[in-house]
Amino acid sequence: MSTLSNEVQEIFSEPGCDKNRGKSQKERKEGCAKRLQPGAAAGGCAFDGAKIALQPITDVAHLVHGPIGCEGNSWDNRHAASSGSHLYRTGFTTDITEMDVVYGGEKRLFRSIREVIEKYNPPAVFVYQTCVTAMIGDDVEAVCKAAATKFGKPVIPVNTPGFVGAKNLGNKLGGEALLDYVIGTEEPEITTPYDINIIGEYNLVGELWQVKPLLDELGIRILACLSGDAKYHEVASSHRARAAMMVCSKAMINIARKMEERYEIPFFEGSFYGVSDMSDSLRQIAGLLVQRGAPEELLERTEALIRREEAHVWGRLQSYQQRLSGKRVLLITGGVKSWSVVAALQEVGMVIVGTSVKKSSKEDKERIKELMGEDAHMIEDMTPREMYRMLKDAHADIMLSGGRSQFVALKAKMPWLDINQERHHAYAGYEGMVALVEQIDRALYNPIWEQVRRPAPWDLQT
Amino acid sequence: MAAVTRSRKSCTVNPLKMSQPIGGALAFLGLNHCMPVLHGSQGCTAFGLVLLVRHFREAIPLQTTAMSEATTIMGGMENIEQAILNIFNRAKPEIIGICSTGLTETKGDDVDGYLKLIRARHPELESVAIVYVSTPDYKEAFQDGWSKTVARIVEQLTEPTATKLANRINILPGNHLMPGDIEELREIVESFGFDPIVLPDLSGSLDGHVPDDFSPTTLGGTALNDIRGCGASRLTIAVGEQMRAACEVLQAKTDVPYELFDRLTGLEVNDRLMGLLAQLSGRPVPSKYRRQRSQLVDAMLDGHFFFGGKKIAIGAEPDLLWGIGSWLAEMGAEISAAVTTTDSPLLEKLPVEEVVIGDLEDLEMRAVGCDLLITHAHGRQMAERLDLPFVRMGLPTFDRLGAAHQLTIGYRGTRDLVFEIGNVFLANSPDHTPDTRARVEREIDVRTPATAH
Repeated sequence: MSTLSNEVQEIFSEPGCDKNRGKSQKERKEGCAKRLQPGAAAGGCAFDGAKIALQPITDVAHLVHGPIGCEGNSWDNRHAASSGSHLYRTGFTTDITEMDVVYGGEKRLFRSIREVIEKYNPPAVFVYQTCVTAMIGDDVEAVCKAAATKFGKPVIPVNTPGFVGAKNLGNKLGGEALLDYVIGTEEPEITTPYDINIIGEYNLVGELWQVKPLLDELGIRILACLSGDAKYHEVASSHRARAAMMVCSKAMINIARKMEERYEIPFFEGSFYGVSDMSDSLRQIAGLLVQRGAPEELLERTEALIRREEAHVWGRLQSYQQRLSGKRVLLITGGVKSWSVVAALQEVGMVIVGTSVKKSSKEDKERIKELMGEDAHMIEDMTPREMYRMLKDAHADIMLSGGRSQFVALKAKMPWLDINQERHHAYAGYEGMVALVEQIDRALYNPIWEQVRRPAPWDLQT
Repeated sequence: MAAVTRSRKSCTVNPLKMSQPIGGALAFLGLNHCMPVLHGSQGCTAFGLVLLVRHFREAIPLQTTAMSEATTIMGGMENIEQAILNIFNRAKPEIIGICSTGLTETKGDDVDGYLKLIRARHPELESVAIVYVSTPDYKEAFQDGWSKTVARIVEQLTEPTATKLANRINILPGNHLMPGDIEELREIVESFGFDPIVLPDLSGSLDGHVPDDFSPTTLGGTALNDIRGCGASRLTIAVGEQMRAACEVLQAKTDVPYELFDRLTGLEVNDRLMGLLAQLSGRPVPSKYRRQRSQLVDAMLDGHFFFGGKKIAIGAEPDLLWGIGSWLAEMGAEISAAVTTTDSPLLEKLPVEEVVIGDLEDLEMRAVGCDLLITHAHGRQMAERLDLPFVRMGLPTFDRLGAAHQLTIGYRGTRDLVFEIGNVFLANSPDHTPDTRARVEREIDVRTPATAH
């Protein structure tokens, strides 16, 4: 446990994190997450976070060491897409029994790793620690080491029992497992001056594929995406990239920063959401690659591509402007994406009547202010009841949020769109913005609203 | 008679099973103005929440004691106390239902003891009922969590009465009955003039309705007063072997006898239900159900062609497996592969050679060559790999609409199942081609003239 608590402390003092930089020594020691309130908490645990961060690696087996609740209740429930193997969607768990709790679960874990390798022969097995097996003292690191030696395959311990903290901490601990055991252990077949890593992109509903064709066109190769649609070998050899883009800062900043430190891979923080953010990200990728020695003509080609794509996308977005201009949006997301989505919606003339900033850093908030003006309605924490009232009283025309608050909007008979992990449409890239706006348009103008809001005949006053 | 075997693997692959605590939480979700709480890490609740939200497509009130590493080691009393107070102050529920998890059971928290102390410290909590159930994740399964929780609710909240009400009947549905089934059963019982109490009543809380205002607790479900009043019923009708424990607790505590139907899918079992209700009420079976029975008989006549000899692979919790499996056998189909999650006395009685307590990998190995796969939505990957027609049954069904209203009981529900599954067979019947005739080696070859001796 001591190594785990050291790792947790290290993440709490991550120098790359904007939030951390604003904290005193003491505040940092106390950790990032607010202390969870029993009876008033929501959200996933550290194990959940680690799984979210690593499960998009498609060709490895993800084996959960714990009771059935951890995997049985949650497997195959995200839409990270794969262009190849589907092994990552197979649920593997030791499903420990009471006997294991009494006598220890290490033997079962070892045998499980063997079974997985014999039956499925993946390039690596990722083993996730959970609360119960941590409590009974199962040493996953030792078991993984023994199994790796015995079976001649990487067996990666992911030591993130749920009770060490919240989902976000788990994202980072998952990243640490890659840094400690995977990255730098293999070599790419070839390298090019155009090799990049994309860090913190999970390829949910295939979003990476909205972006990859553009990079392909520029001759830029994604050496590894961490971790969307990634193969083990790509992650293991990702240390040879020339530059990196960090997509979801709160989730994997430790990977980006440590790869810069260890392998001198410069990175920038960018977003694929919103037209200008998308262009900016392409520019920065090209810029970093040129800095690292790629031919300078890449910049010009990148600008040409941006001009072409922007002209095309503006043309398509314009056709929505008339229908969407002035519509009021309540935007409740994890926070990091707030500002990029805000910009995109403003591009078609929509008005953001409120946005959540629960997980946003100071800089994120500054950026939102810049975009939305000084009187931007930033919501730190909104109870479902308040959201319901706001929608019911028609202070917004549509809510964009994650699945958790879906029914708050729908029960208020208000349009709603999923912009979190359970969404069914890809919103990244230039085309993604058109898709987002198209979905908003469909939601707002669906003919059901008028019907469902009409009172039942027996409720009509006579 | 089936041989019941346990998968001998160390590693579960593609779990069929879900954990006890959320089975328990689901039972609490069938009570009105209730807030279920899992005593564990916040992830235990988050996973269960997402699972139930995706199945019911409803907001799910479910809280957590948010145990951390330190509080687990120190014991969870303080977290339980804070959770109860926070929920009491914010959500104002009538009932708080607490299920333990693997984490807090491993530590060995004495939650019953904690609750006594908490009640002594906080007299203001007197108005709220608090029910605690022990449901470690590392034992048993979802169905057991439901079963134990209903038994605990009965044990802790019902009250014995001196007199019984002639028209009052308790209905105790197993967790394989969805809101649509419960609605159907209530309607049947009411049509004989009874005034039933359904416990737990998911049809009140999770049937997908649009309330007039927002509620942080369950809205609809069995009212606390009705739970207390269960002892005044003349009879309990339970559906599913998993409800036997609750029936017996209720009988011991309040002298209410019970009649347990191990399933209500099929013709004969519904005849028994109608017979029982007619006899209890002294009323004839309403003409509506006579007509529905006739429709079911006709559906069986029309449909049996397509069921006969079909090989079916089923993965389901014991009571659902029993209900659907037995009925399919009654339609002439053959259960070729059966996998379940936990023990039940019904398993060995199933009309199948072997029942495996295992996972979907076990089912996938046995389902090769079957005509139909029936399991929850996680069967989608194996259905694709084996190219099997697939009917989703059980929880979770997260990739289809209307899971809460899937109807599988009563004459009407059985009739619709004949159609639903029969149509899958019809849609997948083989094309006729010039090669359709089976090639069998014949003894006499007539392709060349027989040679003279």
